[in-house]
Amino acid sequence: MSGVGGIGGSARRIGAIVMRHFYLIRGSWARILDLFYWPMVQVLLWGFISQFIASSGVTGLLAQAASVLLSAALLWEIMFRSQISLNMSFLEELWSRNLGHLMVSPLRPWEYAVSLFATSLVRTIIGFLPASLFAAVYFDVSVYDMGLAFFLFFLNLVIMGWGIGIALAGIVLRVGMGAEGLIWAFVFALAPLSGIYYPVTILPDWCQAISAVLPSAQVFEGMRAILLDGVIRYDLLARAAGLNILYLAGGLAAFLLGDRLSRKSGRLMQLGE
Amino acid sequence: MTEPVIQVENLRKRFGDVVAVDGVSFSIAPGTVTALLGGNGAGKTTTLGMIMGLVTPSAGSIRVMGVDMRRHPQAALAQMNFSSPYVDLPGRLTIEQLLITYGRLYGVSGLKARIAELARDLDLGDLLKRRYATLSAGQKTRAALAKSLVNRPRLLLLDEPTASLDPDTGDWVRRYMSAYQERHGAAILLASHNMVEVERMASDVLMMQKGRMVDRGSPAELLARYGRTTMEDVFLAVARGEAMPAISEPVA
Repeated sequence: MSGVGGIGGSARRIGAIVMRHFYLIRGSWARILDLFYWPMVQVLLWGFISQFIASSGVTGLLAQAASVLLSAALLWEIMFRSQISLNMSFLEELWSRNLGHLMVSPLRPWEYAVSLFATSLVRTIIGFLPASLFAAVYFDVSVYDMGLAFFLFFLNLVIMGWGIGIALAGIVLRVGMGAEGLIWAFVFALAPLSGIYYPVTILPDWCQAISAVLPSAQVFEGMRAILLDGVIRYDLLARAAGLNILYLAGGLAAFLLGDRLSRKSGRLMQLGE
Repeated sequence: MTEPVIQVENLRKRFGDVVAVDGVSFSIAPGTVTALLGGNGAGKTTTLGMIMGLVTPSAGSIRVMGVDMRRHPQAALAQMNFSSPYVDLPGRLTIEQLLITYGRLYGVSGLKARIAELARDLDLGDLLKRRYATLSAGQKTRAALAKSLVNRPRLLLLDEPTASLDPDTGDWVRRYMSAYQERHGAAILLASHNMVEVERMASDVLMMQKGRMVDRGSPAELLARYGRTTMEDVFLAVARGEAMPAISEPVA
């Protein structure tokens, strides 16, 4: 017997997709390595830059900046991992021509989106944890020293990655694989505007206007407030959370619209083949 | 009166200026095998896509097991399944992992026993731990069939189920599908270019041309109506527009 079920049915189907990606990653060394590789490269790169700055005899703000750079690089990895992990899981279905089977199963589009969120979270944690622990042990820079604030930063960055990732998946559904490049490039356009390594006040006014609506910009300002001034800026965290609600809602809406339009245009069937 | 498994009325699909399916109506009774025939571009795949909810109709209605596919597709999708050599399965997953994944998606109870049953019936026992990508074409077909039967569907949609198979494997698949249909009283809608397959399996044939339903009947009725000895000749007659005047009007 089979059935659609209520919330339990939704949870089971979401779990099935998460498990499907777990099987995939578990059976592929290349995919396992990919989870760790880039976060670790970032830690090594920014860790040694930080060490170089710290050992060059600078004082004042520049000396403080040394540890901030590595923390910033690690936090940016959270957002990037969250987005790219979601989109990688989505692209796996297109590359394996399996999307058609999923979309003719009782899996609802929103359930599929939630399964991508869950898979993204797991992949992000798996990639981030070793890199952040390595940074703490080898470079003596621990993001966990930020305490509760780090947990809130993490959540905000992950959710921002989900919002952007699911919107990009919706665009691919609508436009086709021609839009795949967006998945790899879009987030990097936000990096200069997010104030990862510098305050957004350094940006031109029109750029600051964009930064004001980026949750990541609020997070990195908040991170500097803790690391440089020892202050937790709850106002920035609240603003990031509010923006993220909009990002997630907007991303989901874009995905569901992309799904709807691709069924209307017949593209969903072509993507699944 | 028994409710049709599929009830399609005035189904229409337009892609820009192209009308892929043009006012098609038909119904399929439970426990029957119906073949959907037509040349390339006749509208078969689009029709199948609309029945499965992959393509949104421009107009018309589709009810599957009494459920309106535009309003509550999941309720119907849970009771149907689909197999096509043109829609792949994840190559890096083992057959067992695939069946677990799809079994959970379809909410199959007693999944472990169901997988064991399918492995026995489809001779997949030695292949359960093998990755899908490493299988031969025949083995892949059996694995794909297992996926399509994991939820014991009451309606099975098959798109070219024996394409690219050798005659022996193709024959085995046809016999297995017929046996499943008889044992479970399932309905099968089969899109195929293999006329031998159609003659052997189908009790009813829907013929499409240029997006319209141009004829319908059992293989025997169609052979008699067109004065041909094989379904292949009937297919060619329809595809080449050699249909008899009496049946040249669209069939509802």
